Amino acid sequence: MSLLTLEGVTGFYGGAQALFGLDMALSEGEVLALMGRNGMGKTTTVRAICRLLPRTEGRIVFAGQDLLSLPPHRAARLGIGLVPEGRRVFRGLTVEENLTVAARSGHWTLSRVATLFPRLAERREQSAETLSGGEQQMLAIGRALMTNPRLLILDEATEGLAPTVRAEIRSGLAALRDTGLSILLIDKSVAEIAEIADRIMLIEKGRAAWGGAPSELGPEIQHRYLGL
Amino acid sequence: MTRETALNLALALALPAFVASAYVAEEPFLITLATRAAILALAATGLNLALGFGGLVSFGHAAFFGIGGYATGILASHAQDYTPLMESPFLIEGTQAMLIHWPVGMIAAGCAALVIGALSLRTSGVYFIMITLAFAQMFYYFAISWPAYGGEDGLPLYLRSSFPGMNTLQPLPFFTLVFVVLILAIGFCGMLSASRFGLALHGARQTPARLVAAGIGPFGVRMTAFVISAMLTALAGSLFADLNRFVSPSMMSWHLSGELIVLVILGGVGRLFGPLAGAMLYVAIEHVAGGLTDHWQFFVGLLLLAVVLFARGGLIGLLAGERGHV
Repeated sequence: MSLLTLEGVTGFYGGAQALFGLDMALSEGEVLALMGRNGMGKTTTVRAICRLLPRTEGRIVFAGQDLLSLPPHRAARLGIGLVPEGRRVFRGLTVEENLTVAARSGHWTLSRVATLFPRLAERREQSAETLSGGEQQMLAIGRALMTNPRLLILDEATEGLAPTVRAEIRSGLAALRDTGLSILLIDKSVAEIAEIADRIMLIEKGRAAWGGAPSELGPEIQHRYLGL
Repeated sequence: MTRETALNLALALALPAFVASAYVAEEPFLITLATRAAILALAATGLNLALGFGGLVSFGHAAFFGIGGYATGILASHAQDYTPLMESPFLIEGTQAMLIHWPVGMIAAGCAALVIGALSLRTSGVYFIMITLAFAQMFYYFAISWPAYGGEDGLPLYLRSSFPGMNTLQPLPFFTLVFVVLILAIGFCGMLSASRFGLALHGARQTPARLVAAGIGPFGVRMTAFVISAMLTALAGSLFADLNRFVSPSMMSWHLSGELIVLVILGGVGRLFGPLAGAMLYVAIEHVAGGLTDHWQFFVGLLLLAVVLFARGGLIGLLAGERGHV
């Protein structure tokens, strides 16, 4: 059953159109990777789903609810956990405070997040801005999990991190996938995405251009849509 | 114990210690001076919740201070004239009881903050400052043109309002009452800032989009903080009316809004005891430098400049060193 459906979604930044009738569907428990070259509309798609885009038209349905009729925070409360681009932690708050500010009752608790990312447990009382880049990203994922989402959205979660940290975050995401959590992932590394994603969707100029399993993403398609 | 906690404790003890020595030295004026500092600290503690914790630079908190003052003034003036406040549809009598003045002033200010916040909290930056200022000026001019309660001349109160089991006309019991209220208010703000609401308010100040992603609407968080902030400032206004036994439109003037901002900045924006430190410093300068020259505010200006340039954390930040909770 489809958890998230986008039908003919158009999105605008002021007068500039960024999405041109995007169609997309994500099933319960599925890990979908959104890929495409820079400026093709990946982050805009995420912003449209999270109701953070100033103007969105079309139809976005999440868990049977029309998202476009809801204010952004209500959309999030339906169960969409966003890990935004960049390391978006609340500076000045400790690791624990960053996690508790978003907490809603459910499976994910402080101790479960600490089990997933043990480094966060070690730095529980530490101010978030003193964490390393990778730790901040783990914290951002942990904060999104604390909202006990049905869908976790990660926008370039491992961008700019050291390979060992990327691997650590990737193994965390694999563990999340194994719990049956639906994940929408934006990433640039085909090899890394192939390890986690069930399906890949390529975006070109604000439209869905190709969709299929990671194994089907041949060199020709990669060259055409990703410039690889 | 962190340096800031030790400093807070010292600050909390400094004012009662000063009052105790003034009492021993039989200097009731100094007790009144300390009471004035404590009341201004309470008003600034209210503002600090919006400004320091929520990042809402309200230039209209004098309106709430004045609403608290007029609640006391109006209720007390009817009690002293033996005239009812209202006869129909039901009878409302005046009263001298602080325990009625306080909630009336706080609820009235809370309602005013709901209206002001509904408009101003949709904006930010300079627009927020201007809208709050505009509303405060509206209240100011309304008070000036309200002859029933003194208009421009203000409203004198012959007695200080009463509190059960206390002779509030004596400087020492009145100071004690004000100081206990102040410490309770600071404690309440401390609990609030450490709560999930406080963390969300911090988030709303820093990056509203991140808060939205966590499923919390920044508008509601800011509005709640703004209303609580207004209510605390109104409580201070009510006590200020009793301290001076006089209420006037000047309690609502933009000078007072500015003064409250200065107190918060001097003490340390977003520091729990910042408003108390700021108010003590301000009243001390006012008293000492005011005895030497009429232009004592020149020295406050110099100090403010020094704080803004060299001690962003205010007096508390300068002495405690480390960053505050918010």
